[in-house]
Amino acid sequence: MRPEDSSDLAPATAAAGAVEPDAVERAPAAAVPARTRKPLRRRPLGASLLLLVALGLVGAVYSLFAPANADVDAPGSAQAGRELFLANCSSCHGTQGQGSSAGPTLVGVGAASVEFQVGTGRMPLAQPGAQAPRDYVRFSDEEIADMAAYVATLGPGPSIPSDEDLDLSEADVTRGGDIFRTNCTMCHNYAGSGGALTEGKYAPSVNQTSPRHIYEAMLTGPQNMPVFADSQLTPEMKRDVIAYIKTSSEHPSPGITGLGALGPSAEGLFGWVVALGLLLACAVWLTQKAK
Amino acid sequence: MSMLGDAAGGAGRYLDDRLGLAKVVRKNIRKVFPDHWSFMLGEITLYSFIILLLSGTFLTLFFDPSMTETVYNGAYGPLRGEEMSRAYASALEISFEVRGGLIMRHIHHWAALIFIAGMVVHAFRTFFTGAFRKPREINWLLGVALLVLGLLEGFMGYSLPDDLLSGTGLRIAEGVILSIPLVGSYILMFFFGGEFPGVDLIPRMYMVHILLVPGLILALIAAHVGLVTYHKHTQYPGAGRTEKNVVGYPLLPVYAAKAGGFFFVVFGVICGIAALVPINPIWQYGPYDPSEVTAGSQPDWYIGFLEGSLRLMPNWEIEFWGNTLSLNVLIPSLVVPGIMFTIFALYPFIEAWVTGDKREHHILDRPRNQPVRTGLGVMFITSYTILWIAGGNDIIAITFGLSINAITWFMRIAFFVLPPLAFWVTKRACLGLQHRDKDKVLHGRETGILMQLPHGEFIEVHEPITPEERWRLTSQEIQRPAALPASADGNGVAPRGALAGKLRSKVSRWYFEDRVEPATPADVHELESSGGHH
Repeated sequence: MRPEDSSDLAPATAAAGAVEPDAVERAPAAAVPARTRKPLRRRPLGASLLLLVALGLVGAVYSLFAPANADVDAPGSAQAGRELFLANCSSCHGTQGQGSSAGPTLVGVGAASVEFQVGTGRMPLAQPGAQAPRDYVRFSDEEIADMAAYVATLGPGPSIPSDEDLDLSEADVTRGGDIFRTNCTMCHNYAGSGGALTEGKYAPSVNQTSPRHIYEAMLTGPQNMPVFADSQLTPEMKRDVIAYIKTSSEHPSPGITGLGALGPSAEGLFGWVVALGLLLACAVWLTQKAK
Repeated sequence: MSMLGDAAGGAGRYLDDRLGLAKVVRKNIRKVFPDHWSFMLGEITLYSFIILLLSGTFLTLFFDPSMTETVYNGAYGPLRGEEMSRAYASALEISFEVRGGLIMRHIHHWAALIFIAGMVVHAFRTFFTGAFRKPREINWLLGVALLVLGLLEGFMGYSLPDDLLSGTGLRIAEGVILSIPLVGSYILMFFFGGEFPGVDLIPRMYMVHILLVPGLILALIAAHVGLVTYHKHTQYPGAGRTEKNVVGYPLLPVYAAKAGGFFFVVFGVICGIAALVPINPIWQYGPYDPSEVTAGSQPDWYIGFLEGSLRLMPNWEIEFWGNTLSLNVLIPSLVVPGIMFTIFALYPFIEAWVTGDKREHHILDRPRNQPVRTGLGVMFITSYTILWIAGGNDIIAITFGLSINAITWFMRIAFFVLPPLAFWVTKRACLGLQHRDKDKVLHGRETGILMQLPHGEFIEVHEPITPEERWRLTSQEIQRPAALPASADGNGVAPRGALAGKLRSKVSRWYFEDRVEPATPADVHELESSGGHH
C-alpha cells in the first residue's frame, strides 16, 4: 500500500470517529423525559445512522481515490499466477504474499512491480546481497503476466502501464532532460550509465532498459529508488524522461569509445595508461642506441 | 651544392652582420645533451604546452565567456529549447557546429591531462635521480611553481564550459574557500563577485585562464629551460662521465632532430587519441543548475587527490561563539595539500641540510644508491595515490561491485599504514639491488650455466663484467652519517648550534646508517687471493 493512500484515508476516518463519542456522550440525555423530541441526529438511532452514512462516504471517497485494482487490467490469469507464486516466490514473500524475514510483503506492490522485478530478471533472487542485480529473465511473458495478475489481487497497487502510457511520439525531450538532471542523474549518472550508492548498493545503468521497465521503475520505486508517483511526475513527464534517455543514449559517440561514460576518472586513467604510456614508449624508442 | 652553400653562407653573413648571431649560434649548436629516455619527460610537458597554446587559441575564437541567459537552438536535439548561459551554448556550438571544433576541444583537453602528467613524471625523475641538488635547487622550485600553476590553469579550464560538471567543481571550490577561517567569505565574495554562482566568475576566470596564467607558465618555462641550458644537463654515471663534462650529442644535428621529431610524436599521439577517444562530452552533462548534480562527478585527474582527501575526511566541525570551523573541508582541501606541496618544494633544501653537502652535482644518482631518498619518494607517491584513488571511490564501487563505505574505510586506514610500509619496502629493495650490484662487480654476471668440476662440485659459471659496467656500478660516492658534533669544548661550553647539530646527526644517521658500500679494489684483491671462493 502506498503511503499517500493511507494519508488520504486518515482524515476521513478521524472525522467519522469523532461522531461516535459525541453521540455516546449525549445518549443519557435522551432517556430523560423531554419537553420536545430531540432531533433525529441526537437520538441513538440517529447517531448510528449518521455513522453508517459517514462510513459509506469514506468508503466511496476511498474507492474514488484508491488506485484501480489491477486484477481487472492485468491480462494474466491470477489463478495460474498463484501457482507460479507459490512455487517460486512464496519461500521469501510468504504463501499469502505477506512477506517474511527474507523478503518484503507484496500486498499493494501492484502488477507493475512484478513486471519490473521479474521482467528484468531481478526476481527471483539468486542469493541475498546488497541489492538484486539485473539478471537473465527466468519466466515467459505470459507467466510474468499471470504472476502480476495474482499479486495485483493481494492489494491495490500500480498497474502495468498501457501502450498509451508508453507512446513517446508526443514527448518533450528537452523537458525530459531537465527532469532527468534534477531527479535521476544524482544516482544514475549524467549519461544514465549508473552510479554507486552506500554499502554496495547502486543505481544501475538505464541505457539498455526498455521504456516499459523505466516507466515501471519510476512508478514503483524498486530497491533503493524513490517512487515517482503520478502526482509527482505525471505520465507525460515520465514519457519525457524516457524519451530523453532514449534520445541521448542513442546519440552517437564521436570516437571509438566513450570510456563507459563514467566521467573524468576513466579519462584520467586512460590518459595515464594509454597516452602517457605511448609517449614514454616513443621516448624510449627515440633514445635507443643505434644497433 | 656549392651554390646552395654559398646562398646559405650569404644569408648567414647577412644575419650575423645585423644581429650578431654567429657567436651565440656557434656556442649553442655545439651544446651537448646527454641521451636518455628519462630526459625526454620534460619535453613531453613542453610540447603538450605548445599544443595547448595552439588549440586554446583556436577555442578562444569561438568561445563566449558570458553568463547571459540564452535559449539553445543549436544542432544538439536533446537540449534544444533549454535555457543556458552563452558560455555553455558557445561550448556546444564549438562541439557541434564549428568545423573542427570538437577535435580541437578534445586535443586541448587531452593535452592538458598529458601536460600535467608529464610534469609529474618529469618531477619524479628529477627527484629520484637527485637532479635537484646544487646548483639546481632554484630550478626545482620553478618546476614546483609550474606544477601549481598547471593545476590552477587546468581547474579553470574545466570550469569554463559552465556545464553541470564545471558547476559542481566550482561548488566545491566555493566550499573550500568558505572553509578558510575568518577571511573565507570575503575571499569568496571577491572571487565570485557575490553569492555562488553569480555571473562574474566565468568571464573573470576566462581572462586568467587564457592570458595571465599561460603568460606566467610561459615565462617560468623560459626561465626553467634557460637554467637547464645555463647549468648544462645532468647525466647518468658512466665511463668517461665526470662532474666537469657532459657526454652526449650536439644540439645540431642530432639532438635538434630528435627533439624536433619528438614534438611531432607528442602532437601525433595527442591528435590520435583526440580523434578516437572523446573527452568531457559536455552535451551529456547539460547546463549547470545549482540544484542538480550527477553521479560520477569527478575533477580531472590532477585535482583527484584533493577530491579524495575530501571524501576520506570524517565530518569534523568545531562550533564556537556561533562560528563554525569546518575542519572537514579545511583539513583535506587546504592543510593536507599545503603540507604535501611544501615538503615537495623544500625537499632539496632538507636533504642538503642533512648531508651538509655544498658541492655541485652534475652526475645523477641511480635511485637504488639513495635508499632513503628513494623510499621517501615512493612514500610520497603512495600517499598521493591513495588520495587520488579515493577520489574515485564511487566509480571503483560501481565498476567492481564493491561497497563504497568499505573502500572509504580501507583508504582511510591505508593513508596512514601504506606510506611507511612503502618506504620500508622500497628501502629494503634498494639495499638489495645494491647488494646485487656489488655481487656483480665481485663475481661477475650469473650466466645460468652450471658446470661440474672433475671432483664432482657443481659451480655456476660467472662472466666477468666489462670495465665500463664496473665503473658504472662502483663510481657512486660513499655517504656515511654525519658525526655527532663535539658536545662541549674544554671549558664545558656547548658550541653554537649544538642542538641543530645533534638533530642533524640523528637524521643523517637515519639516512645513511643502512648502506651497502660499493666494491673497492681491496675487495677485489682479497677475493682474488682467496681463489674466488668465500
